[in-house]
Amino acid sequence: MSTEGHAVSRRTVLRGAGLLGLGGLLSGCGSAFASGVAGIGPPKNTLSYWNLFGGGDGAHMVAMQQVYQKQHPNEVLDAVTLAWGNPYYTKLSLATLGSRPPDVGISHLSRASILADAGLLEPLNETELAPYGLIGRNFTPAAWQKAHMNGTLYAVPLDTHPFVLYYNTDICKKAGLLNADGSLKSLDSPEALTAALVAAKKVTGAYGAVASINNDAATQWRFFSTLYYQLGGSVLADNGQKIVLDDAKAEKVLSLIRDLAVKQGLMPTSVDYPGAITTFATGKAGFFFEGEWEVATFQTTKTPFNMTAFPNLYGGRYAVQADSHSFVLPKDPARTDARRALIFGFIRSMLNQSSTWAQGGHIPAWLPYQDSAAYGKLKPESNYKWAADYARYDDPGWYSGSGSDFENIMGFAIGAVSAGQMSPAAAISDMRSKLAQYANTTPPV
Amino acid sequence: MSIQTIPVYADERATGTTGATKRRDESRSGWGLTAPFLIFYVLFLVGPTVYGIVMSFFNSSLEHSGLGGFAGPDNYTQALTSSDFWQSMWHTVLFTLMTTPPLVAIALLLAIFTDRLARGRWFFRLIFFAPYVVPSAAMALIWTWLYTPQIGLWDSWLSAVGISNPPNWLADPSWAMASVALATVWWTLGFNFVLYLAGLQEIPRNLYEAAAVDGASRWHQMRRITIPLLNRTTALVLVLQIIASLKIFDQIFLMTSGGPNYSTRPLLEYVYDIGFTDFRTGYAAAASMLYFLLILAVSLVWFFVSRHQQKGA
Repeated sequence: MSTEGHAVSRRTVLRGAGLLGLGGLLSGCGSAFASGVAGIGPPKNTLSYWNLFGGGDGAHMVAMQQVYQKQHPNEVLDAVTLAWGNPYYTKLSLATLGSRPPDVGISHLSRASILADAGLLEPLNETELAPYGLIGRNFTPAAWQKAHMNGTLYAVPLDTHPFVLYYNTDICKKAGLLNADGSLKSLDSPEALTAALVAAKKVTGAYGAVASINNDAATQWRFFSTLYYQLGGSVLADNGQKIVLDDAKAEKVLSLIRDLAVKQGLMPTSVDYPGAITTFATGKAGFFFEGEWEVATFQTTKTPFNMTAFPNLYGGRYAVQADSHSFVLPKDPARTDARRALIFGFIRSMLNQSSTWAQGGHIPAWLPYQDSAAYGKLKPESNYKWAADYARYDDPGWYSGSGSDFENIMGFAIGAVSAGQMSPAAAISDMRSKLAQYANTTPPV
Repeated sequence: MSIQTIPVYADERATGTTGATKRRDESRSGWGLTAPFLIFYVLFLVGPTVYGIVMSFFNSSLEHSGLGGFAGPDNYTQALTSSDFWQSMWHTVLFTLMTTPPLVAIALLLAIFTDRLARGRWFFRLIFFAPYVVPSAAMALIWTWLYTPQIGLWDSWLSAVGISNPPNWLADPSWAMASVALATVWWTLGFNFVLYLAGLQEIPRNLYEAAAVDGASRWHQMRRITIPLLNRTTALVLVLQIIASLKIFDQIFLMTSGGPNYSTRPLLEYVYDIGFTDFRTGYAAAASMLYFLLILAVSLVWFFVSRHQQKGA
């Protein structure tokens, strides 16, 4: 392997490559690579924004971002979408801990409290927010209250997304479940719900209702907790350090779920998220239990459907599992007032576009739009808007919140009951033992 | 076996320096040349490992600076009694058991096949090694697409041959680990293949000729000449493969996120979830120390086996 016969020696090639690389590095000083390696940071007028919106939500958010960019041609909006759930919050936390946070990020309100406890969020000064209209009376009261931790504001709510009931209008009409005006008859007891599902199953020949089970702890948790909260139960207390699961109430709800799915065959016992959507979209089930964000999906598939708040089954005070998306400012000691002004302007611009956001199914937290006639005309999205005031968020705890270990533990156990793999009693003891491991641990925040 | 030649320092007498001074000079320049790497090594490997050992005895948290409250052996006790820890350990061991035999046997077979080729050997070397240079994220993306239910390539091929209801490869707890294992075998086969190919080319050809003259069949030759003379390569491949499989994280994290229902979560992902998502770095350090002991045990087994082999050679 000699190089004697070659015209260009290896040394020359290496020298040339080294010079080229150095030149490229020097000329690319403004590039993302150079600024990342050298730690310079992005150019002055860039606003970095992280969110976790994929799918239909993502498309709406991108449209809103483009409107903002068009209105502010002198600024560069650098928006990044990350995978929903733990991956997003891990990256947000680590970026903040490593002093490289985005300027503004989305956070579920149930997670914002953990981030605030961990000291990763910048407290918001309400006098600083006032000039932008970001004041208490402009937001849904339940969300605005949840955005405060120990009396300090940490987040600006964007929306509330509760668990809702989708119903196929054709199937329900044939099953005699609709009122004269086309709305669903009130299902205000477990018996009424069961009867409705039986009637729907007769029409479809397959199922009465569907809720996704496989690989989907979140949907199962939301289904269970809506009914459990309606009975007045809680799961965690003392910031997650105490388990206050009411066995009797949990057993009541789990028995109803098992009855509907396993005993009476009114709901599928093995279906994943896309499968559940297909089942409802193709008319194999008359009802679909899920959050409201799939409205655009069924409009695209031209399924004849309507939506309403999830029924109040036990005659008590209404409650429904929900969470809210909000804007948070990750802690950054180097943030200037000018940058803060930029961020608040961006947040206000997003809230101004609540009409676009609401088309994705979420109930906008921005009251000027929520109370408007325009939103009232937006059907079926505005059918359940009153549920925002009865939103029940996940019990606070360092391992709780949307997409958290808490939801996974509860959701997988409930899913096992829905799938006929566990009895309600076994599921409850499974929940207790898994939660105990977390509850007995010294919280890291 | 290969023959080593020991270089003779001819210049020692020529320059007139004595052996001792020469050796001291060489030793000093040796230290000097390795100093940059040693500094890096101490700063970025030894230092953090020691810090990790210390941290595992405290309730360290990611978002507090410092070590946190003293926990003594509590982190280790919690890890050893945690079902999640043992299940993750089992998933890692299961993955190792599923991937190591195919990765050793198939690599050997492919290497023997390639070695026998008179022409076009470069082509097969290329196609068998090419997957190895693909980064884990790209490989995970490709295989996730292959495994997509109904519209992925796997399922459309299976339906073309009449299997219309295949399992959900990545979302079914009984199939997820096997699916990731298959993707991994495709991905990392090339490395063992290249090691075996090199080992095969060291076997002298005249052994085969002598055996053929004595009337040995091809199969007999492979069993009595090829495989025994590849023992050292096989030992190397085996231990490298086992240690690499025990360190599994990338593919499972990217393809199944440890799911479904945590049924594929390996130990390293458990450490990541606890340490970075839950902020509990002290406990995560304890779990990873226990895991380090396991890998150390495997390495020690190889160390003694190879020392035994060297003595026997």
